[in-house]
Amino acid sequence: MLYALCFLLFMIGLYCAVIKKNMVKIVIGIMVMEYAVNLFLIMLGYRFGGIAPIVDKGQLDLETGQIAAGFLNSSVDPLPQALVLTAIVISLGSLALMISICIRTYEKYGTFDITQIRRLKG
Amino acid sequence: MKGMTIIVKTISSWVKVLIFLFGIYIILFGHLTPGGGFAGGVILASSYVLLMLAFGREFAEENLSLPVASKLDCVGALLFAAVALCGLLYGAGSFFWNFIHQKYLVGTDYEFNLLSAGTIPLSNIAIGLKVAASLFLVVFALSMFRPEISGNKED
Amino acid sequence: MSVPLPAFVAIPLVTAFLLPVFAKRGKAIATVLANLATISLLVLAIASIGQSRVYEVGRWSIPLGINLVLDGLSSLMLLAISFVSAAAMLFSIRYMEQYTAKAKFLCLFLLMVAGMNGVVLSGDIFNLFVFLEIASLASYALVGFGCEHEELEASFKYMVLGTIASIFILFAVALVYGNTGSLNMAYISKAIQSSGLNRGLAFALGLFIVGFGLKAALVPFHAWLPDAHPSAPAPISAMLSGILIKTLGVYALARVVFNVFGISVSMGWLLIVLGLLSMVAGAFLAIGQWDFKRLLAYSSISQLGYVVLGIGLGGLIIARDGNLAWASLAILGGLFHMVNHAVYKSLLFLTSGSVQMSTGTRELREMGGLAEKLPVTRATCTIASASIAGIPPFSGFWSKLILVIAAIQAHFYWIAAIIVFVSLCTLIMYLKVQRYVFLGELPENLKEIKENRGSMLVAMVFLACLCVLMGLLLLVPGLRSSILEPAVKVLVDGVSYSANVIGM
Repeated sequence: MLYALCFLLFMIGLYCAVIKKNMVKIVIGIMVMEYAVNLFLIMLGYRFGGIAPIVDKGQLDLETGQIAAGFLNSSVDPLPQALVLTAIVISLGSLALMISICIRTYEKYGTFDITQIRRLKG
Repeated sequence: MKGMTIIVKTISSWVKVLIFLFGIYIILFGHLTPGGGFAGGVILASSYVLLMLAFGREFAEENLSLPVASKLDCVGALLFAAVALCGLLYGAGSFFWNFIHQKYLVGTDYEFNLLSAGTIPLSNIAIGLKVAASLFLVVFALSMFRPEISGNKED
Repeated sequence: MSVPLPAFVAIPLVTAFLLPVFAKRGKAIATVLANLATISLLVLAIASIGQSRVYEVGRWSIPLGINLVLDGLSSLMLLAISFVSAAAMLFSIRYMEQYTAKAKFLCLFLLMVAGMNGVVLSGDIFNLFVFLEIASLASYALVGFGCEHEELEASFKYMVLGTIASIFILFAVALVYGNTGSLNMAYISKAIQSSGLNRGLAFALGLFIVGFGLKAALVPFHAWLPDAHPSAPAPISAMLSGILIKTLGVYALARVVFNVFGISVSMGWLLIVLGLLSMVAGAFLAIGQWDFKRLLAYSSISQLGYVVLGIGLGGLIIARDGNLAWASLAILGGLFHMVNHAVYKSLLFLTSGSVQMSTGTRELREMGGLAEKLPVTRATCTIASASIAGIPPFSGFWSKLILVIAAIQAHFYWIAAIIVFVSLCTLIMYLKVQRYVFLGELPENLKEIKENRGSMLVAMVFLACLCVLMGLLLLVPGLRSSILEPAVKVLVDGVSYSANVIGM
């Protein structure tokens, strides 16, 4: 059910990126799609009633180096969180590049409307 | 780009130091609490962005000039590569091997202190430096554009 | 000697971050360092022919850590990447004098090479996504490098479509992780073999095909390529058309479809249909073009269709439990065509860059009779056109012959007929190029142009010699069995990739 809502957000972002004519709105649509995918990744690792996956001193058994069984049974999955961190950094870089190309294109063409930026045809 | 009013300038000159300190805290404690290199670097960059918004772009440029930020960026990336390479050269390791951590046994009391987890704090510092410099440069470069409409529009 | 695999990614990355230090004063040092980096990558790639091993980063064993895998297909792609990038880097020493900010260009170029090497060597599916993004972001910036009107428009179009493709790929990686619980390609493959494809995994496979198809510019998804490749500077067009669309598109598609998911009959037919559409549509659209580089870009779409057709045909035969020798032959044709196309298409783009630097135009109708003025460019362009059109002693002929023989052996006579027909169309379009650029009347305003000297000539002659000698790669049994056959074996073996990696 929650996954379906996440997919709906993805579709809204895709619609916005495909249909809109203003360059900045296309960029916003792409960002909404990225948020939806990051949200989906985090929801994958969730466990109902779970605790944060941070090991504290009390949970580490000092003689054997094992982590307490209660922690392992109730913590959420930390791997999607690391994946999402990387994906957010990548989308930040791509957003910066897209916005700077939008600004430069506005300087050259004088408009943000993609139907009027059509010198390359054929 | 002009700055803002005197109230904003006074408050932000106090607050930006606290933001900078908070960013350094997030970077240094990255192996114990959530955060780490990237999040701390973004907070460091945002303290400089606050400086740029409140005082104007030229003041920020005098404070941290563009060539220096560009060099810091490269130094951060090369430091990260150096940490990775040290793992290769030390003993029979491979890239990114945590060679400092192996010297300590797991059962001693040194874990969960600030000086633990081997090469991870060094990587965090390198990444924090790089991200801070890069984001400052990006925001600075984006604020330099002036939307003059060029002479030859679509014909 | 055993090269540590991360060196292929670390060398261009470290050089790329050393270069901006020399931005203002030492442009010569920056150029020398960059060329040293690409030439050392070439030497390392040649030294790793025929080896296959797994490198665990940080000494974490496989399901916990990231690994880098070098097998036959990876070493073939590494060779292609290093040859083309060394030649393009040599060419750009003189060519990029027209642009400012040369150190930034070299930095982005080396980041793109580092990203592509990482895609080819990665053994972990999220790591493949990260390196794919590094290479893509560097290429978006490089396409718009000149910051003129057309380049910015082309770069924006390329960037929007490329980012949407990357988001689809990330979504597919998330679905695969959710359904199999692991990110390592060998472990995912094992999990899919034991549990079969449920609906989530089938949707993920569909998303992968759309995402990688957008990166490879197969026909329903090709809209960005005819704008992006002409607008980029010539060495970047050579890199994009020569290896970027193959590494990020065809290599990743083959790795995911053959080794991770396992090929099935419907997948084989889908690849064949995509390949046929690309071949035919690319060829028809290319004949009517009057812009030199735009014609070359459409011809890239068409030639990439050959590669996907060969791989799809081999996959279909494997999935139907047909004769494995026929399947190997089809895949051999596809992979050999991919490597050939990398060499001669990059040579064609470099010659078009040389023509553009001398005459200042890309329109075919404004050129003519350049044969006496630019002799070396004319000779290398003729060699490359003969190769791509499939004229006998050059390399393109052998790969097309293998594809036709494989199609006829597997009783797909209509596919063989379409391959021959599209080859005729390719011959027509390159005769058009030769007629308008080099033969005919020399226009008035071009009487004083001169041949370009120096590194541009060296790069073009180097690639032309490779064009001529690539036929030997197939005919000499020693070279074939050490370079081409391991790559074919990796794809034919399919899902036993997981057993190989875990066992190594």
